[in-house]
Amino acid sequence: MTSGIGARVPRKEDARHLNGKAQFVGDIKIAGCWEAAFVRSPLAHARLRGIAKPAGFEDRVFTAEDMADLRPIRCESTLPSYKVSDYPALASGKVRHVGECIAICIAPTRAEAEDLAEAVAVDLEPLVPIAGIDTALGPDAPRVHEDWDDNLFLTTRHDGDLSGAKARAAVVIERSYETARQAMNPMEGKGVLAHWDHRADQLVVHTSTQVPHLIRTGLSDCLGLDQAQVRVIAPDVGGGFGYKCVLQPEELSVSWVARRTGRAIRWTEDRREHLTAGANTRQHRYKLTAYADGEGRLLGLDADIWVDVGAYSVWPFTACLEAAQAGGNLPGPYDLGAYACRTYSVATNKPGFTPYRGVARPGVCFAMELTLDAIARAVGKDPLEVRCLNLVQGAAMPYTNVTGKYYDSGDYPAAARAAGEMIGADTFRARKEAAAAEGRLIGLGYACFTEQSAHGTKVFAAWGLPMVPGYEQAMVKLAPSGAVEIRSGNHSFGQGLETTIAQVACDWLKLDISRVKVTMGDTGLTPYSTGAYASRGMVMAGGAVSKASEELARRLRLHGAHLLQCEPEETEIRDGAVWKGQASASFAEIADAWYLHPDRLPEDVDTAGLEVTEGYKPDIDTGLFTYATHAAIVEVDPESGRTQILDYVIFEDCGRRVNPMILEGQSYGGAAQGIGSALFEETLYDGAAQPLTSTLADYILPGPAELPHFRLGHSETPSPHSRHGIKGVGEGAAIAPAGAIVNAINDALAPLGAELTRIPATPHRVLGAILDASAAREAAE
Amino acid sequence: MKPAAFEHLRPDTADAVAGLLSPEAKVIAGGQSLGPMLNLRLARPARLVGLGAVASLRDIREENGMIVLGAAVSHARIEDGDSPVALPPMLRHVARGIAYRAVRNRGTIGGSLAHADPAADWIAALTALGAQIVLRSAAGTDRRVAMPGFVQGAYRTALGPDEIIAAVEVPAAMRDALWGYDKLCRKVGEFADAIGAVALHPASGHVRLVSGATGAGPLVLAEAGADLARSARHPGSPALRDALAAALPGTDPVKLRLLATALSRAIAKVLPA
Repeated sequence: MTSGIGARVPRKEDARHLNGKAQFVGDIKIAGCWEAAFVRSPLAHARLRGIAKPAGFEDRVFTAEDMADLRPIRCESTLPSYKVSDYPALASGKVRHVGECIAICIAPTRAEAEDLAEAVAVDLEPLVPIAGIDTALGPDAPRVHEDWDDNLFLTTRHDGDLSGAKARAAVVIERSYETARQAMNPMEGKGVLAHWDHRADQLVVHTSTQVPHLIRTGLSDCLGLDQAQVRVIAPDVGGGFGYKCVLQPEELSVSWVARRTGRAIRWTEDRREHLTAGANTRQHRYKLTAYADGEGRLLGLDADIWVDVGAYSVWPFTACLEAAQAGGNLPGPYDLGAYACRTYSVATNKPGFTPYRGVARPGVCFAMELTLDAIARAVGKDPLEVRCLNLVQGAAMPYTNVTGKYYDSGDYPAAARAAGEMIGADTFRARKEAAAAEGRLIGLGYACFTEQSAHGTKVFAAWGLPMVPGYEQAMVKLAPSGAVEIRSGNHSFGQGLETTIAQVACDWLKLDISRVKVTMGDTGLTPYSTGAYASRGMVMAGGAVSKASEELARRLRLHGAHLLQCEPEETEIRDGAVWKGQASASFAEIADAWYLHPDRLPEDVDTAGLEVTEGYKPDIDTGLFTYATHAAIVEVDPESGRTQILDYVIFEDCGRRVNPMILEGQSYGGAAQGIGSALFEETLYDGAAQPLTSTLADYILPGPAELPHFRLGHSETPSPHSRHGIKGVGEGAAIAPAGAIVNAINDALAPLGAELTRIPATPHRVLGAILDASAAREAAE
Repeated sequence: MKPAAFEHLRPDTADAVAGLLSPEAKVIAGGQSLGPMLNLRLARPARLVGLGAVASLRDIREENGMIVLGAAVSHARIEDGDSPVALPPMLRHVARGIAYRAVRNRGTIGGSLAHADPAADWIAALTALGAQIVLRSAAGTDRRVAMPGFVQGAYRTALGPDEIIAAVEVPAAMRDALWGYDKLCRKVGEFADAIGAVALHPASGHVRLVSGATGAGPLVLAEAGADLARSARHPGSPALRDALAAALPGTDPVKLRLLATALSRAIAKVLPA
């Protein structure tokens, strides 16, 4: 059937998006709705001495004092040494980053609400700001949270024994790396619209989120409401990327004000709020020492990793998921003999840190892949050869690595070689020499990675998170018309899940996708799901839909067989009907019999009917590992420092591909974000932790003109542990670009003796590295 | 990100616009710079005086050897050559490289000059072309200020409190100028990190080497320009670096190198390096 698994079906959601008919939080109209604006902290660290509401508007401005009955966001973790922090919806006592919410103001329009916010007088006593890791860890550092004895949310350790590696190493590579702080910049920022529905006796919260059921849980906890009194609806959501997988303080304030005032209240995040006050991501620092033999084989790795996680722990992922993942994922797809690593989740006066597409792995991949290139240069071997030597070999699968990751299936070196072939590795050296003869600098770089996807219960329990995902549920039913309805508590916000889970149903039920209606994102209509994150949607929601569809297919054959006067085993499903030979009962006829003409069914009919809810998780909790190699050829202009990507190749294996077209879109989009990390994006702060990149004129996102024509290659190694052999793939392409591109830049710059170890590789940094190398050469002469 | 309340006036003559000026008023043409500043509440005028209804400010004509572009002529019209008189090719080239087409459709040459963002294109390009700016006062009198004197620093101009930009005058001879223009940007459409602009018109003795996006107003390298006119040879990147370093003391070496690269590349479009 053309709509099933493997078909390049156009996305069901695109018609409404392309015709401007989608419905985001900002599009929803509720009578009497007022708009909210926040008073936000102008200082990074200060004592909050008082807030004066403008006279006559006391009932339109609300502060933490008004919200005494609202519990702060509190993110517990069972990890040893983890320090708990309260994240209040509105600041109380102290402000801990620029942009922190201090008061919420409501008015008929946003402009009036902003006028009101300006009129609120906030008395702040400045405290010494902690603008970065060095200040935070200094001997006399002030505390972000005063009841702590340092500024560390968490430290973790892997204590491998490196003595053998040190003794045998022919090559020792030491490097420090840094990755910039970033903002995620979904096209639609956050948005929330809350009102009390008296008929349902419920707080109804429309919010732009990836995890509506989790938000319902979090909101009801903080507001002190029973979960039955809260309904969360995520309508169309304009991109998530991780930014919208946590409980937001604004969701709490808006909900509280709606409940208190009886009004519908909406807040829409604007771009400045996003860039200065919204959660940040990505900022890591590494100190690595790699030990290798004379062939370039890794013997051991010693690492320190610092993550600047800002002021607050986000619920439910905590401030520590990033560093814990960094420590666990640094070895990546490589077969590493010995590994020691210490991670530090450092509290600073910046907005809290939220995992972003790839979670920690873009940083660790960058660090690891630059180190592999440094090893290759040191032993005088081709970087691709060194990678193939070190990657976990296909024959070793399944393989448990040095940090306990269970790689379920695949052939990593094969993917690396395939990427090398696609990019023209064998002729590249000649190409490079020819370019050099024309005075041009070109370089080739690789990056390999694994993407742990759909990891489940045991992994999350081991991370100590307050939320542990279990069985994902989905409902599939035959409607009276003979169409199929799917209800899933997961969500679709650009990644195409609305289409791909329908394809899974089509695979079992053999009907065209136009006959499948998908409802997601509404806690009032869908079974509980922890939502869309960790590349889990396709595996988990797809698996649940698969299981429910299989059962519905069985019941359809049962009912159909009765109508056809035969045994169920004699029937088959195709073309939207149950068939026995040339005779058929259409789904519409079967539905009609069950819903409107039960007299046509036997007395002992199965009363479970034509509506099936099933729960699913893969048969391992350790995740299904997608893997890929990216290869880039760049040209660096030594006079301007500008990097141009001449060719970009992705060779990927994500198991069974449900919709190859959507997968390609995911790859392009992820790689575009990775190129942003590699070359453009950087949230800058000054020494007082004041944000310097508060508009898109300062925070540079790549545009179409900056992106290459991506060339994709695929192999399919189905996972033995998931339904249909599917693996998750939503995050992967964002992981490798920084590693591949900066390796290519360093390959191009090698003749000049310059090497970059920091992203983004802006023209300023590249040119600076070239000028420094040239000054060092002159000094040496 | 909504502007504070303001009064919006749309008079239909340039004199009336000038008559409405006050310290609390701001002139708005395309709004491509002022709009975001209003939304960010960085600009908070009590009164906005729109130029949209003043037809004469959108005229392009030629008189007394000058091509006269009304202040409210959009970048897009210059890019498209949508003009009753032929425009110098350098003007059209520069217009085509400003921001994005959506910005060019609304943004105006006069607005860009009045805003005087140091990284903007027109202040550098019009300096190279030897343009002069026509300023109209509330009394209805005009005065002319030559580039680069009109720009007095980052976001600072010679505009008096009761003046508006009425027009930009570019010598008609510049249609035949030899010219080069190069800018280095983080990405297509962004403000420049460095601009190099050069215009040579041997017959009239005009030569201008301009370094733009310096952080202040456009920098005219008079001596290097005179050398270039004498020798008719590219001065070479090291010589340009030295000239820029001398003119811009204290500038970070990477920025100096970017400025030198842009200028060298602009000159190379006229004279091979």
